[in-house]
Amino acid sequence: MKPPSRVRQMPILRVIARALVPVILLFGLYVQFHGDFGPGGGFQAGVIFAAGLIIFALTFGAETLRQVVPVVLTERLMAAGVLLYGAVGVVAMFLGGEFLNYSALDPLTTGHYGQHLGIIVIELGVGIAVAATIMRVYYAFVGRRTDEDRTGADPALDAGAGGEAS
Amino acid sequence: MPPVELLLMLLLLATVVVVARLKDLFAAAMLTGIASLLAAGLFVLMDAVDVAFTEAAVGAGVSTVLFLGALSLTSRREKQQERTRILPILIVVATGAALIYGTWDMPAYGDPDAVIHHHLAPELIAETEEKIHIPNIVTAILASFRGYDTFGEVVVIFTAGVGVALLLGGLGLRRRAGHGEEES
Repeated sequence: MKPPSRVRQMPILRVIARALVPVILLFGLYVQFHGDFGPGGGFQAGVIFAAGLIIFALTFGAETLRQVVPVVLTERLMAAGVLLYGAVGVVAMFLGGEFLNYSALDPLTTGHYGQHLGIIVIELGVGIAVAATIMRVYYAFVGRRTDEDRTGADPALDAGAGGEAS
Repeated sequence: MPPVELLLMLLLLATVVVVARLKDLFAAAMLTGIASLLAAGLFVLMDAVDVAFTEAAVGAGVSTVLFLGALSLTSRREKQQERTRILPILIVVATGAALIYGTWDMPAYGDPDAVIHHHLAPELIAETEEKIHIPNIVTAILASFRGYDTFGEVVVIFTAGVGVALLLGGLGLRRRAGHGEEES
């Protein structure tokens, strides 16, 4: 195990991060599912959700986050989000509409329900893909080894470098 | 220009000038986050809340973290330039002047006679309630009217993520991560 870095010994940062991260994640979910009614949507929600998890990684170390969200999982979710979006289009085709014509998802009524359903699901796909991509990019950055890692990283930047030295 | 927007604009200007002049890259990365937050504030004042949301989350949040991540791989200080280079300054000033010259032909902000308010926008505003039945017109346009475009954008984001993963940490990272889990 890596000895705790300076950032991880700072109680103020730890306490604030512990209090803020759940709120940020909850807010991300709110933006995700409230996107039809207020500002926001899948993209913003995905970014907020990923940012919340990255704040967790900055204070508690990227290797701690990696135990919750493994790198492989982010890669699979990246693809899963895109596929979920595409699947909605294909399902709409099977139900007799055009690709991504959400009104076809609900053939019984005039289509409002289908539009709601389609938008919620594709926004979920966008959110999953964006959050996973940002997490993956973050992992790619902190997973790099440099010469400084062998000689001792810059302590001020240790937070950003969180978990590469295991 | 209203005083609040003027203040934000001046703060934004001051921030970017400081970012360009700073040699300490850690502070510069933080200031770019502040610049994004100021830009987000301007977008809110222009009633573009969805754009402001994105700017605040991406510009002030995630990209600052990625800057820090990139900085941890390099040096914290910018290398000293031996001399001031004239040509880059000339190119930047000329490009900026051309862009400002271009804005003279644009309709004034909020002008109801502007072309953009007469082409497509009235139809979309009128039809969203009837066809999509959700109150946020921006979401309706992005997710439904222009579902193809948004699908393409998600594929672009996915492709960008795959590109970064392959360039910066492909299989090697996964192997290292695997080792890390075994050790801990």
